[in-house]
Amino acid sequence: MAQDRPIIARLEGVSKRYGAVQALDGLDLDVRRGEVLAVLGPNGAGKTTSIALLLGLLQPDAGKVTLFDMSPMQRAVRERCGVMLQVSRLPEPITVREHIQLFSSYYPKPLPIEETLVLAGLTEVADRRFGKLSGGQQQRLKFALALCGDPELLFLDEPTAALDVEARRQLWDVIRARVARGTTVLLTTHYLEEADALADRIVVVDHGKLVVAGSPAEIKARSAGRRIRCVTRVSAENVARMAGVKDVSRHGAALEILAARAEPVLRELLSQDPDLSDLEVSGAGLEQAFLALTRQPQKEAA
Amino acid sequence: MNMNAVVARPFSATARIYLLEARSELLRVWRTPGFAVPTLVFPAMFYLFFGVLLAKGEHGVEQSLYALGGLGSFGVMTPGLFGFGVGFAIDRGMGWLQVKRASPMPPAAYLLAKVAMAMLFAGIVSTLLCCMAAFLGHVSLAPGQWLTLLVTLVLGSIPFCALGLAVGAWAKPQSAPALVNLIYLPMSFLSGLWMPLQFLPAFMQKLATVFPAYHLGRLAYAATGVQPTEVLPHVLALVGFTAIFLALAARGYRRNPPSNG
Repeated sequence: MAQDRPIIARLEGVSKRYGAVQALDGLDLDVRRGEVLAVLGPNGAGKTTSIALLLGLLQPDAGKVTLFDMSPMQRAVRERCGVMLQVSRLPEPITVREHIQLFSSYYPKPLPIEETLVLAGLTEVADRRFGKLSGGQQQRLKFALALCGDPELLFLDEPTAALDVEARRQLWDVIRARVARGTTVLLTTHYLEEADALADRIVVVDHGKLVVAGSPAEIKARSAGRRIRCVTRVSAENVARMAGVKDVSRHGAALEILAARAEPVLRELLSQDPDLSDLEVSGAGLEQAFLALTRQPQKEAA
Repeated sequence: MNMNAVVARPFSATARIYLLEARSELLRVWRTPGFAVPTLVFPAMFYLFFGVLLAKGEHGVEQSLYALGGLGSFGVMTPGLFGFGVGFAIDRGMGWLQVKRASPMPPAAYLLAKVAMAMLFAGIVSTLLCCMAAFLGHVSLAPGQWLTLLVTLVLGSIPFCALGLAVGAWAKPQSAPALVNLIYLPMSFLSGLWMPLQFLPAFMQKLATVFPAYHLGRLAYAATGVQPTEVLPHVLALVGFTAIFLALAARGYRRNPPSNG
């Protein structure tokens, strides 16, 4: 839907290594104006590294990083972005209002402070010190600091990590309110539910590589149902024609089949190939399916 | 629509950032009892002992003056080492510095705010000690001498900001306070800030020259006239120490980049 909109943030073949750990391995990522893109992946997938590269906090070992067609290190770029990182501690004796006032001063056209307070749902605790806020309020203050400069592009790195369900939903509401005003958002999360609740488009990464990309509906459709893995002499083309099969991919000797229900496909497979071996059936809630998507390297996104 | 045009930030906006940044840093340390109390109370308390209560008799005024220079130097080390150094280690290790770096904040605003905080606290501590010396310790100095002492002590806090920055760039937030204490207490003693170096063995008197606190102490004693000395070598030594600490800090910062905590 947003294919014709301009790309405002881009990673092109970006690799980054920390010692023995390959955090990113030739990752490509585009963020288009007006979209909410969720980068989804388990811990250590490379999500936070991608954000740090886009913000110019890290330099890539290989590949190219651009924001608004410029280097992310430029002040002109930073003035157009808002950033919420996984910070464990802000200065504690400083009040909500003082924090917002200081951060607003960095930007050429900040929102009025009262408006930022309202948008982040912090009006009632405006004069409370950071150290005295609840976990949810602390997280909303970090969001307020990302928002106060009236950015075109918001980076939210695991915005609701460690929040309870209630606080998470409250933060989703304030993020949605901002998105409704046309702000572009790049969000990382390891909750499929969160990506589904907020994003137009989901990119699944694991081990620093793109696993699959698509709309939340596509990702869910791919991951709903059952996943069958086996070594068989039945060809992938044959399997793809069976009723209820959504996707087939080959991994070395094994076939991986995504199907609405496992039983009819298994019956058909066994009738065509009684010697079928190494059978595994797994499935199929959203979170499990997401794990399945990221459990092994996949080439099916190509 | 030329959205990519780089617009210079107006001077007034830049000045406002520096001011708000400094205000925020001051509020932060002022509202941290663990910092403000020892920084202001300990030097005053020690001065009350060494410069007032124990400074009696024939050499009383001299002892009171000596304590003023020594404890004044001790007092202005604290904000740089604890406020700047430990604060920087925490910001760097707990993710706050990452958020600041990703923002359009001019990096110098962050550092200058911390230097301003340290110099302001240095000013308060030295003024407090001077008042105690004048009113309780019966010290009387010419106006020029008071002024020289105050300027020496306030500027003298800068090398310790650099030392704090170096510690903060290398140490983890949890271990920074212990490391600072490990540097600060022995250094003040071995530099002759607690008792005149004449009372220490000869090799320790020689050793003292490797500490920046020794050189600040010499300058403070010279300012009050209690122990005249040639000023320039000590000023140069402090400038040299500052340069070394800044280089160490830069190296540490590259080795231990800010993390998300």
